[in-house]
Amino acid sequence: MSATADRLPRLLTLVPYLLARPGADLSEVAEVFGVTPGQLDDDLRLIWMCGLPGHTPADLIDVWWDGDTITVSNADTIARPLRLDVDEASALLVALRMLAEIPGLEDRDALDRVIAKLEGAAGDAAAVSAHVTVDIHAEREVVAAIREALDRGRRLFLRYYVPGRDETTERQADPMRLILVDGRTYLEAWCRKAEGVRLFRLDRVVGVEVLDVAAEVPHDAEPRNLDEGLFQPSPNDQLVTLELTNGGRWVADYYPCETIEDIGEGRLRVSLRTPDTRWVRRLVLRLGGTGRVVDPPELAEEVRADAARALAAYRRSDTPAMSAPAPDGS
Amino acid sequence: MSRRKTERLFNLVICLLATRRYLSAEQIRHAVPGYAESDDAFRRMFERDKEELRELGIPLETGTDSVWDDEPGYRIRRASYELPEISLEPDEAAVLGLAARVWQRASLAGPASDALLKLRAAGIETTEAAPSGIEPRVATEEPAFPALWRAVRDRQPVTFDYRNPNADAPRRRHVEPWGVVSWHGHWYLVGHDNDREAVRVFRLGRITSDVQRASRPGSVIVPEGVNIRDIVVSGSDHPWTRTARIRVRQGAGHGIRQNARSCIPGSDGWDDLDVAFSDVRRLASWIGGFGGDAVVVSPPEARDAIVSLLSNVAEVGA
Repeated sequence: MSATADRLPRLLTLVPYLLARPGADLSEVAEVFGVTPGQLDDDLRLIWMCGLPGHTPADLIDVWWDGDTITVSNADTIARPLRLDVDEASALLVALRMLAEIPGLEDRDALDRVIAKLEGAAGDAAAVSAHVTVDIHAEREVVAAIREALDRGRRLFLRYYVPGRDETTERQADPMRLILVDGRTYLEAWCRKAEGVRLFRLDRVVGVEVLDVAAEVPHDAEPRNLDEGLFQPSPNDQLVTLELTNGGRWVADYYPCETIEDIGEGRLRVSLRTPDTRWVRRLVLRLGGTGRVVDPPELAEEVRADAARALAAYRRSDTPAMSAPAPDGS
Repeated sequence: MSRRKTERLFNLVICLLATRRYLSAEQIRHAVPGYAESDDAFRRMFERDKEELRELGIPLETGTDSVWDDEPGYRIRRASYELPEISLEPDEAAVLGLAARVWQRASLAGPASDALLKLRAAGIETTEAAPSGIEPRVATEEPAFPALWRAVRDRQPVTFDYRNPNADAPRRRHVEPWGVVSWHGHWYLVGHDNDREAVRVFRLGRITSDVQRASRPGSVIVPEGVNIRDIVVSGSDHPWTRTARIRVRQGAGHGIRQNARSCIPGSDGWDDLDVAFSDVRRLASWIGGFGGDAVVVSPPEARDAIVSLLSNVAEVGA
């Protein structure tokens, strides 16, 4: 609840909050409600003026300041907070149901119980939450191994597929946390091979083993600030410009682009940074003409050469089923 | 809202909660300080106050205590106002705290933290600390999300411009929204498309205009037993019932090998793999990404598709 939003809902929550916690610390309460101590003090002075009809001293809400603590009494009429509205009930229920889909979460039982309790408390407001669903994709066995390593403070052995290079790599990593962003699960870990913090997409983990070695995450290993987005390209990465036709526009949805420009007829010109242009070559092959490299020109030439090399295999007589002629006479 | 108005409304809520009988406007005028002297000004103020309370979700009731009352009265029933008794075990409170963090700065973040605050006001202690090492986030950055969520909530039809991937220009669509689903990291709207007269799935990122509400709230009827998630998933995943034979260079094509049903190692530096697929164009696009390391052997239409795909790339700009 922000300080500028309507004060009335805040007051109606603040009173029961304080009734339940006599002698609450003023600055702690201000923090919980997201207001400054000065604003909270002003709220309390307003509450102090209010009460039951008649408004004699016996009817008014009592507010006691004692140093930095605060006690509220004589407010039985509004001793309970207002019930949850549809948005509030949905926000919690949708998130809880999403968490309940994470495989291997040992708090699963607690989730089921809290969902049932909240549905009961929210009443009709809970019904709408069924119309919002967050589907998550998590690999059960991989998640279980990572959770075990996190709980026991163990190192992991990972076999990890890197599609951009079409390589399966092997490495040891000390797990830091599991991250679930927009339906995908990632392991954030200190990679001992790269000697840095790395993100591993769980659907690309080919094999995982919990090692009998204690994890050692360096103290200065910085977890990623998720508010800035999962992928923060380095300014040293190669800048690539692509032109996409309508059929290739999905690229702009799937990859973090630096610029996206509509150039008419449903076409886009996008630029993105990459530490390794090999994945761009694969991407443009996959696009099959619905996207092309504009810049750098050498990369465009490489992609054309890749395609020509791949096509050659369909013309050689040693490839089986060569009896099927290639279309377009090419 | 001015301080005086907040004070008046706060007193009004207390007054209407405290009464068992319906109070007439005149009784309220005398019981709650801060109302205007003149009758007209009072009536206007009181009308606005009632409206504001309802907007805040406060269940204001109108009625009479006996058939002899010719004027309607007002009250707030505590049973409909108050959050019902709820108590949580420590492990339940911990996962609730985690759930409230899921939305972070997304558009449901405000309601999530308001809800948590109300539960705390009801005496529940939630912890900010997450259970060990899990950080779940859901973004709702698509500009269309807040408007579509409100339309789903209020069961109100919507119109918007939508860019179909196979069409050059966006088209105006008229939709009865049934629900929104986040699937594979993207948000989708499921609903009845009134132009096509059929159930359709819309990707929020392809909506190119503001979402406008059409018609009255409550006019959308979601059919019984509809599972919006299944509609999104089934629209995207066709059963992979067909099999293609791919020749893959040894030491390469790991992505294909992981998804292969079987692998016959060859002696010429190439292995023969069988993979399942549903759509030849998607298969061609996937295998095409491996360039010269993978060759489609069969079926013939998959070979045709990949030759056409690669030819397009080889000829682009040439």
